[in-house]
Amino acid sequence: MEDAGRAVKRRRSLAERAPFLAAIPMLAILAVPLIALAGASSPGDIAAGARHPLFAPALWLSTRTTLVSLAAMVVLGTPLAWWMASRPGRGSRVVETLVDLPIVVPPAVMGIALLEAFGRNGLFGPALSALGLQIPFTTTAVVAAQVVVSAPFYIQAAAAAFRRVDEDLLIVARTLGHSPASAFFRVAVPLALPGMVAGAALAWARALGEFGATLLFAGNFTGSTQTMPLAIYTALESDARVAVALALVLVAASALLLVPLRAVPALIARRLGGGRGGGRPPLQGFAGS
Amino acid sequence: MQWSVEVKARAGGFHLDVGIEGDRAPVVVIGPNGSGKTTLLRIIAGAYRPRAGRIRFGDRTLFDSAAGIDLAPEERRVGYVPQGYGLFPHLPVIDNVAFGLAGGPRRVPGTERRGTAAEILAEMECGHLARRYPATLSGGEKQRVALARALLPAPEMLLLDEPLAAMDVAARRGLRAWLTRRLACRGAPAIVVTHDVRDVHALGSPVVVALEGGTVVQSGPAAALAARPETDFVAEFFGAA
Repeated sequence: MEDAGRAVKRRRSLAERAPFLAAIPMLAILAVPLIALAGASSPGDIAAGARHPLFAPALWLSTRTTLVSLAAMVVLGTPLAWWMASRPGRGSRVVETLVDLPIVVPPAVMGIALLEAFGRNGLFGPALSALGLQIPFTTTAVVAAQVVVSAPFYIQAAAAAFRRVDEDLLIVARTLGHSPASAFFRVAVPLALPGMVAGAALAWARALGEFGATLLFAGNFTGSTQTMPLAIYTALESDARVAVALALVLVAASALLLVPLRAVPALIARRLGGGRGGGRPPLQGFAGS
Repeated sequence: MQWSVEVKARAGGFHLDVGIEGDRAPVVVIGPNGSGKTTLLRIIAGAYRPRAGRIRFGDRTLFDSAAGIDLAPEERRVGYVPQGYGLFPHLPVIDNVAFGLAGGPRRVPGTERRGTAAEILAEMECGHLARRYPATLSGGEKQRVALARALLPAPEMLLLDEPLAAMDVAARRGLRAWLTRRLACRGAPAIVVTHDVRDVHALGSPVVVALEGGTVVQSGPAAALAARPETDFVAEFFGAA
């Protein structure tokens, strides 16, 4: 103990400070642009930007589409995550790679791929036309682009959280008379909830920022497919103040999303009292905690 | 009630090929790590499906590969207490214990099942723990709560995996006696996996089954295994090496 105390008091040499000093450039690269953005415009400029005709439709469209995307990702992604977590083996590794693909494939490529699948001349194009349905360049396409690009973040996080649920707890639940569905909803989901919430927040943030796939698959039409990132892009050509106002709203929304990403999982974990299966902060790789 | 378990399974890199049977008295399963003890309990509970074999409790068949019978865990009426007790960390003790009445065919309304749970907790001298969360319990308290939870739906068979492993020596002694009394007055069969020879003695000279590498290497009354151990592990277990 005494040795440790002395070590703390001793002046640190440059070599000992090196790790901290070496960390500064990256920190600066991450922080400086956002600080610059916050300082770029006066409140008057922001107010003017918010009154611009591009602003309100984009904000409303982004809110609507990302909420629908989030719901779709959770409803459709949770069963897949559960399947991936409960079937270890070669099959699930293949599926995992497949789920990872949209994370590594550039969003613009996903946009082209969506066109190839659902475009007029795409794989399902004729069938969709026969039904009188058109997906590309509609609000539905916006949602599809967001889901394809963002869902992997939720699915991977939820699968990781499900994997941490102690298998014995599920066996116990079954022996106590519960069906697989009941064991899932009463044991697996509550224990995986911190990871699921963190993953959903991350996926939502990703959907909110979706640009490339949306532009290619849904286009850039005010009111129907022009989400906030696309509106920023359009506004830059006419009025930079709108772009900055939109950007600041997006920063604020992202900052709000950091709350569930960081605090909610920690809160739930604390409520479980560090118990098995839910104690660790979820999604360490993604949330960076 | 007579019961018998005869299963072949492939699990974790080794083959499990086990035949054991018993009546109302507890059967103790011993064996080194990785011998298949936990796998055996999970197979009986219905969590893992064996490749072949038969599991019978009295006149009920839980599993029979030849007849194509494989009851789901929720239909087997076994009480499973895993290593570490498997309490649900997100539920207070009272809801952990009432969990067996919260779903499936034995489902009863919330207030009623909490009442029943409170009764069995009181009977187990744990009434004061009802509102606590598992993370705040001692090893001995967790053990009692887990046992109360397993017993509440009146299972036909209890499966206890290292019921006393996570406890300090003093707590073990008291709890060993308590557990023995519980099992004796229940009269339902139990399979108890243990690492500790004192658990065997406490259970009153039961039948002991020694597992090694997935097969039964020796079984019989504890005294017989202690007197004539057939493997190094059995000899060491009974301290006769």
